Amino acid sequence: MTSNSSLSNMRRLVEQLKLEASVERIKISQAAAELQQYCLQNASKDALLVGVPTGSNPFREPRSCKEIKRIFDLLQRKKTWT
Amino acid sequence: MRSPLSPEMATQEVPLNETLAHLKTESETLKLKLEEERAKLHDVELHQVAEKVEGLGQFVMKTRRTLKGHGNKVLCMDWCKDKRRIVSSSQDGKVIVWDAFTTNKEHAVTMPCTWVMACAYAPSGCAVACGGLDNKCSVYPLSLDKNENLAAKKKSVAMHTNYLSACSFTNSDMQILTSSGDGTCALWDVESGQLLQSFHGHAADVLCLDLAPSETGNTFVSGGCDKKANVWDMRSGQCIQSFETHESDINSVRYYPSGDAFASGSDDATCRLYDLRADREVAIYSKESIIFGVSSVDFSLSGRLLFGGYNDYTINVWDVLKGTRVSILFGHENRVSTLRVSPDGTAFCTGSWDHTLRIWA
Repeated sequence: MTSNSSLSNMRRLVEQLKLEASVERIKISQAAAELQQYCLQNASKDALLVGVPTGSNPFREPRSCKEIKRIFDLLQRKKTWT
Repeated sequence: MRSPLSPEMATQEVPLNETLAHLKTESETLKLKLEEERAKLHDVELHQVAEKVEGLGQFVMKTRRTLKGHGNKVLCMDWCKDKRRIVSSSQDGKVIVWDAFTTNKEHAVTMPCTWVMACAYAPSGCAVACGGLDNKCSVYPLSLDKNENLAAKKKSVAMHTNYLSACSFTNSDMQILTSSGDGTCALWDVESGQLLQSFHGHAADVLCLDLAPSETGNTFVSGGCDKKANVWDMRSGQCIQSFETHESDINSVRYYPSGDAFASGSDDATCRLYDLRADREVAIYSKESIIFGVSSVDFSLSGRLLFGGYNDYTINVWDVLKGTRVSILFGHENRVSTLRVSPDGTAFCTGSWDHTLRIWA
């Protein structure tokens, strides 16, 4: 029984290798050029690469500033009621 | 000495052995041919092509938020499409949904198992999927009512015969792709729990998977303990390309944003880039001083930067084109186990065995 299963496994492996061998390939020079082109075309939109104008990255705005601002707003509102 | 086999049995045995040996020779020949074909197109190195590209300057990236709340090792995390929510899972069985802007916890679920190794956010933002040592992948719809018991609405979708290592929704809430320690990947219908397609080919545990960007079509890549990275056709279940250049387990795979390549991170302490149209490895990101395994990798939005989370507690940032390291980030107090860039590329999140998650920008 084991020789039968190893036979079918080998057959499957050979078929798989034939499939992989038949893949159409391009030269690395061309593939590399296209990868590079994609990087350069999209570089300006990549915040982690080029950074963004101060204030427009929500994570770069420190949380504490938001809290202080919120407290100030509350105190201002309280002042106008009294 | 006469053979104990009867004449009929003798004639049956011989062809079987011949066929096996024959197939073995054929497979060896095909493997050699594959290497030859790939080598023919190796006319230049990626970093040579990139020589004329401007080098990258100094990077200022630091921890902007620390998410504390897990009681044990964080194993996995995923971003919501809204670019602010995050789901994370840990060894103690907890799955937490966070608002990364405010660091508030929005939902928490306790799984019936420990080591929740995989979690994923649904594209709609209305559900999360998770699983681990329970061998399953379950989906929890997220309720707007904070008091509602999420565990009650749990839906079991995937069933494997070993641990769940990774899961990902496809481009809708309706299908989930899973990978498992049982050596297979599988595609499931969420509503019915039906197995739609299974993917066989890895010779050992599958540890990671990533879906191709939707524009590129229906493929995904998986990496495993057999040191192989396989690219699969989701409709046919066929493995269409296979890469075996790593020297140890592949812990993480991630597509390049254009879909034409993918990166991998391995216990062999290297990250590698494989181009799908050249059908070979085109870059290795390594240094002699880096000896600890890579647990997770992801690209910045343009694909120029590759972030790697390492078992030596650091994050190394690589220039994908030039092959050099541009930055090393410190902060975690134990292994970095998971790393994902946010959907709009403004930040990336890491999870660690130090029980915390950090947002970097």
